Amino acid sequence: MDIVSNQRQKIHPHKFTLWVAIGSILMMFAGLTSAYIVKSNQANWEEVETPVAFWFSTAAILLSSLTMQMALRAFKQRSMRHYRQLVAATVVLGIAFVVLQWTGFKWLWDNGVRFRGAGAGQFLYIIAGLHAIHVLGGIVTLTVIFLKAFFGKSRNYNPVPVEVAATYWHFVDLLWLYLLVFFVWLA
Amino acid sequence: MNENINPNVHTETHTGHGGLHTDHHGHDHDGHHHHKQSFVSKYIFSQDHKTIAKQFLITGMLWAIVGGLFSVLFRLQLAYPDETFPILETFFGRWAKGGQIQPEFYYALITMHGTVLVFFVLTGGLSGTFANLLIPLQVGARDMASPFMNMLSYWFFFLASVVMFSSLFVQTGPAAGGWTSYPPLSALHEASIGSKAGMDMWIISMALFVVSSLLGGLNYIATILNMRTKGMSMTRMPLTMWAILFTAILGVLSFPVLLSGFILLLFDRNGGTSFYLSDIVVNGKILPNEGGSAILYQHLFWFLGHPEVYIIILPAMGLVSEVMSVNARKPIFGYMAMVGSLLAITILAFLVWAHHMFVSGLNPFLGSVFVLLTLLIAIPSAIKVFNWITTIWRGNIRFTPGMMFSIGFVSLFISGGLTGIWLGNSTLDIHLHDTYFVVAHFHIVMGVSAFFGMFAGVYHWFPKMFGRYLNNTLAYIHFWVTLAGAYLIFWPMHYQGLAGVPRRYLDFRLWSSFNHFTDLNKMITIVSIIVFATQLMFVFNFFYSIFKGRKVRSTNPWGSTTLEWTTPINPGHGNWPGEIPEVHRWAYDYAKDGRDFIPQTEPLNPGESKH
Repeated sequence: MDIVSNQRQKIHPHKFTLWVAIGSILMMFAGLTSAYIVKSNQANWEEVETPVAFWFSTAAILLSSLTMQMALRAFKQRSMRHYRQLVAATVVLGIAFVVLQWTGFKWLWDNGVRFRGAGAGQFLYIIAGLHAIHVLGGIVTLTVIFLKAFFGKSRNYNPVPVEVAATYWHFVDLLWLYLLVFFVWLA
Repeated sequence: MNENINPNVHTETHTGHGGLHTDHHGHDHDGHHHHKQSFVSKYIFSQDHKTIAKQFLITGMLWAIVGGLFSVLFRLQLAYPDETFPILETFFGRWAKGGQIQPEFYYALITMHGTVLVFFVLTGGLSGTFANLLIPLQVGARDMASPFMNMLSYWFFFLASVVMFSSLFVQTGPAAGGWTSYPPLSALHEASIGSKAGMDMWIISMALFVVSSLLGGLNYIATILNMRTKGMSMTRMPLTMWAILFTAILGVLSFPVLLSGFILLLFDRNGGTSFYLSDIVVNGKILPNEGGSAILYQHLFWFLGHPEVYIIILPAMGLVSEVMSVNARKPIFGYMAMVGSLLAITILAFLVWAHHMFVSGLNPFLGSVFVLLTLLIAIPSAIKVFNWITTIWRGNIRFTPGMMFSIGFVSLFISGGLTGIWLGNSTLDIHLHDTYFVVAHFHIVMGVSAFFGMFAGVYHWFPKMFGRYLNNTLAYIHFWVTLAGAYLIFWPMHYQGLAGVPRRYLDFRLWSSFNHFTDLNKMITIVSIIVFATQLMFVFNFFYSIFKGRKVRSTNPWGSTTLEWTTPINPGHGNWPGEIPEVHRWAYDYAKDGRDFIPQTEPLNPGESKH
């Protein structure tokens, strides 16, 4: 039963749900980053150097936002070939982001930033780790959308799932920029 | 699957796509045709909000029995520290060696009693049940915005329940650091037996629980705001909807912060980090952890923990408002004031968390700000109480079991609320914190009250859930014993608290200044056992009536205005066989124009003013 298509609505409920979910996810990171700020003013706070890999990962995720937006436009213009290519590009860039994050943290780990201690490093592992989990969630969603576009039996021009995925993708992108502020200026 | 339940509306949402929408099937225009459902998809992995509501309710009831039983066990210890109960050793082995409850067992019992009741019964069981049951039915929707997410919400709750329940059976026992799980006790495996594997399972279970609450909450908000039927403006909604909306907003904004706190705690326990740990010696061993702050956890915990008490009480308030108005045959008094006070409580809920931390070394100046904000909650609370009383004032009251429990709710909410004014003062808190006064306060104002709201809801909407009535005689016994019992159990605790009796203590025998409470403690324990037995009677009534209760013969047994009573007696998935009804008036047209009630679906008469 398709429940939502029967309703009178200003905004599609799934889109609205996503916005509320974004608010909720933001609260989690607000909790963590406020803990980070509180802790940074206490004794034994150790700062860490920002790994170079983070700059590349930032570039990757910014670029992926662009390809995602182009994919959405292609979908709306019904140029499905472009759409598939652009979604694929977004997925690849998303994976590249996660890999680069991993590289960055491996560098930190190899340079002696471990779980023992109470400085910025420990927070960053957890905060960026949780962010990466959210990016992975986006990658899974996009992969599903991509596979549907390739192998789906019926042609579907309903833009809502793509729009929801795109909004979420931009959100994890912006969230990363917000978190980067803590890495660079406060760490 | 894309069935056209309502072809008229369907076309609207796809304008702009012309005929290109290819995935709809034209075979289903009568609206109540269903594909054959297997037992599994109908009763287990169901996406029907009504079934999910029943799943939440029954799981919550099972937890309530477990949590209630725990309280009976630790009350036995408090009343009869000298006696031995060999049967306990039979069941619990070394945890009750020689028939006496061991200290570790006692701490595990109080911890799990709190965790289970606060989260699994009064959050999962209460919100989960009534949000799921009532939202689509009362706003006029076929189901939730995302039925699949809604199903996931229950199954995450189920998974959380399985993990928490399993933790009762691990060799070192369940978590035993109090329901708040403050570090450093909860952060160090070596700190106590209850901080070992049970604590990790507690955190994992709670994380799953948070996911369940968030999936549910997102759906509740999206459904109420976006899926109301034609004519159902926000101010025409029953107060249950407003209460559940604000509850969901509170949950969605505060549970993630708790999750953050738990994740850091998990790393402190198992990763060697020091977010909460600093300068600690355990068993003569100096730990390497430096620079952490235990107070940080308290902030993260209570940022959820305080909104959590409103997550528990707001749905109860909503249910009570609705049940009262229906059974007083009068419109709710001050509808907008009721909505406004719910909003005020929701906002204040986020601004008062530090009143749980007055004695944690908090800056006294900061404390005074939190005192002010805390006492402000008295205003919306008083507005609500005033409006409930004025709703039944000169009403044509029908003392149905639901109504009895609603009135009981207001009584308990006043009694418990007044002591909140005491505890909200940071100076009085120096004396009263961590005493039985606090225990008495929160048990009356949010524990038993919320239970009364929940009972009111169960008795009132049981006919909608199962098409049968609960037995009334058993219901009245249930009400009177529970009300009298609640006061007998918790009223004396105020005096114990004022005298300084600390909570969470195993044994007061050597504390001669409290010796005069020995008989009082026995009385409290005996009453708890009676009240617990009465709840079992309610559980019996519940399950017996599902199969053998008196059948409901009319679609609207209570003479209610709201939409859920326009559905068939046993509604299928999709709720209304035909089109979703249109709404023309608010939910509280009782005793209007010489009529007993006017359903929301009835068009306005000529000359009648709009509401």
